[in-house]
Amino acid sequence: MEILWILGIPLFGALLLAFLGHRRWAPEINAALSLATLAATAWLTVRIIAHGQMVMVDEMFFVDSFNIFLIALTAFVGFTTALFSRPYMRIETQHGKLTPGRLRLYYSMYQLFIFTMLLALSTNNLGILWVAMEAATLATVLQVSLYRTPSSVEAAWKYFILCGVGIAQALFGTILVYFAAEKVLGAGGTALLWTHLNQVKAHLEPTVLSLAFVFLLVGYGTKVGLVPLHSWLPDAHAEGPTPISAVLSGLLLNVALYAVVRSKILVDGALGTHFAGNLLMGFGILSVTVASFFLLRQKDIKRLFAYSSIEHMGLATFAFGMGGSLATFAALLHMTVHSLTKSAIFFTVGHAVQKTGSQWIDGISGLIKQSPAIGWGLILGSLAILGMPPFGVFASEFLILTSAMHRQPWATPFLVVSFGVAFAAIFGKVQPMVFGESNHPPLPHPPSLLPVFVHLALVLMLGLYIPPYLAAWYHQATQLIR
Amino acid sequence: MASPFFGDLINLLAALLLLIAFAMLAQRRVLSLINLFAWQGLVLAASTAVMAYSSHQHHLYYSALLTVLLKVLFLPWLLHRLIRKLNVKWDVETLINIPTTMLTGLGLVVFAFNLATPISQLATTVAKSTLGIALASVLLSFLMMITRRKAVPQVIGFLAMENGLFLAATSATYGMPMVVELGIALDVLVGAVILGIFFFQIREAFDSLDLKHMEQLREK
Repeated sequence: MEILWILGIPLFGALLLAFLGHRRWAPEINAALSLATLAATAWLTVRIIAHGQMVMVDEMFFVDSFNIFLIALTAFVGFTTALFSRPYMRIETQHGKLTPGRLRLYYSMYQLFIFTMLLALSTNNLGILWVAMEAATLATVLQVSLYRTPSSVEAAWKYFILCGVGIAQALFGTILVYFAAEKVLGAGGTALLWTHLNQVKAHLEPTVLSLAFVFLLVGYGTKVGLVPLHSWLPDAHAEGPTPISAVLSGLLLNVALYAVVRSKILVDGALGTHFAGNLLMGFGILSVTVASFFLLRQKDIKRLFAYSSIEHMGLATFAFGMGGSLATFAALLHMTVHSLTKSAIFFTVGHAVQKTGSQWIDGISGLIKQSPAIGWGLILGSLAILGMPPFGVFASEFLILTSAMHRQPWATPFLVVSFGVAFAAIFGKVQPMVFGESNHPPLPHPPSLLPVFVHLALVLMLGLYIPPYLAAWYHQATQLIR
Repeated sequence: MASPFFGDLINLLAALLLLIAFAMLAQRRVLSLINLFAWQGLVLAASTAVMAYSSHQHHLYYSALLTVLLKVLFLPWLLHRLIRKLNVKWDVETLINIPTTMLTGLGLVVFAFNLATPISQLATTVAKSTLGIALASVLLSFLMMITRRKAVPQVIGFLAMENGLFLAATSATYGMPMVVELGIALDVLVGAVILGIFFFQIREAFDSLDLKHMEQLREK
């Protein structure tokens, strides 16, 4: 029953805030609803840890160790982003960037977006997974164009068309999976249910499944932001409001990658070869390399970190493609730490941009003098995302790199060069923004930086020490996927 | 149970759908494009209904009804209303190289049939050979979206792509489970409404629905 709370609260919130979103206390309602969702998720998580995987509500929902960790992460980052967006959106409103109607749209769509992601993660039905992924695009597309500037409208249009076309390919892939499953499971509702498919995956027709996987990978891969399907991602991240950039980067990309990995499990079962893994490795390594070189030429701070997201999602995709316990474990850890670190970075970037009034890297300087919290947040976040020890990203990148050396030695030089280039690019650009002189006026509202330091503390903890129950949880998920 | 007559009828309807996809590829008038889209929806609904009758899959009647309501009535009505409000009703797009586009389209059809043949052979439905047609019309709509530089035709291409996908679902598998089909219909509906809102935002921001103005966000 918890699952109905988890999905019901954000859906109710979306309706409520569609009417009340312009009120003065709407940000608090938004945060309270997100906290309630998080509480319901924690409740479910405790039960899953105690009892193992569960099928709920007439086989409509299925939760195992793989998706519960993403559900918990989604609810957590959803809550901290709601906290961050309180002062952020107030300042934007004071700057006259938003009308009451747009505020209602923003808060309502925020809750709806969280709902669609939780639905995509918890559903047992591959068809509903597709519907929820498409709905997640629809919920965010008007957010990206919230400011109605020509470039934000352009970014939103690109986002809509590219992700819409991409996701249409995934629908064709889903139809093919259903076509193959129908022969084994019979027509009707059960042939798209994950729990049933997983049991009979060895009997599914291999030719159909391999074609289906290509379509599913192209479709959901567009949303993961895999190169060469990535061109919507930097635009959408740069032009939308910063809380939306944080949840797009920290959560939506994970959910899309989750869909890819679920498809891979089926295809691996049907084919018994490394076909899906090879495709994932190819797309992954291409994304890591291309994105790290694009980092060098970025002039906009949000675009910079958007490309960094492409790089990290590519790395996780590569690790899932490699397969095996160690690499899969590392990929899951990488999804977690990337999500926490990247959303923390977007929170600080949001405040830095509001403070200096400029999204251009050249226009920002001396953050640490004026507001030590923002400055430290940005520099620590950047070091964390670059994989500096002792942060968690170091642990996951190190594990991925060592298993690549053992099992796919050809990939090692690409990875090492990309890490080096990414370091030079991001550190070289962040350093002058944080240090140096500044003459910007202080912010009217104190920045909300608690979420930033909570995220960074968690990432630090994951780098030094993974609590035993969390490790057990990752290991269970690894057993399911590899 | 399935007489060859129904199989032939479905093949004929699917061929019509493909023909309309080609017509859309070459159609320059926005108004005619919307009408073609409505016709395509009608053909799709008819083929679904024939499929339902010949295979006794009663849930396909609901799918056919849903198609008529959404793609023959509501979406064309919405698009007509939009182009009237936006004053682009008599817009004519200058399409360069229609012959090249058509030839590319032919190539895509051959490619789609090649891709679909091994799968069609596994299908047990009356209309198994239409899977190739379905994939071809998806690719043709994709081509249409690439060649268009204006917002409304691009959106019609987007919606036509969904028609091709729907044909694939009914021809290969007697349709997806109802709950999924309803979800897809809901997404299409909401998507179309959002696109409608978008037309106004685009015109407000760029003073035109021509997408050639959208060239600010490029990697320099």
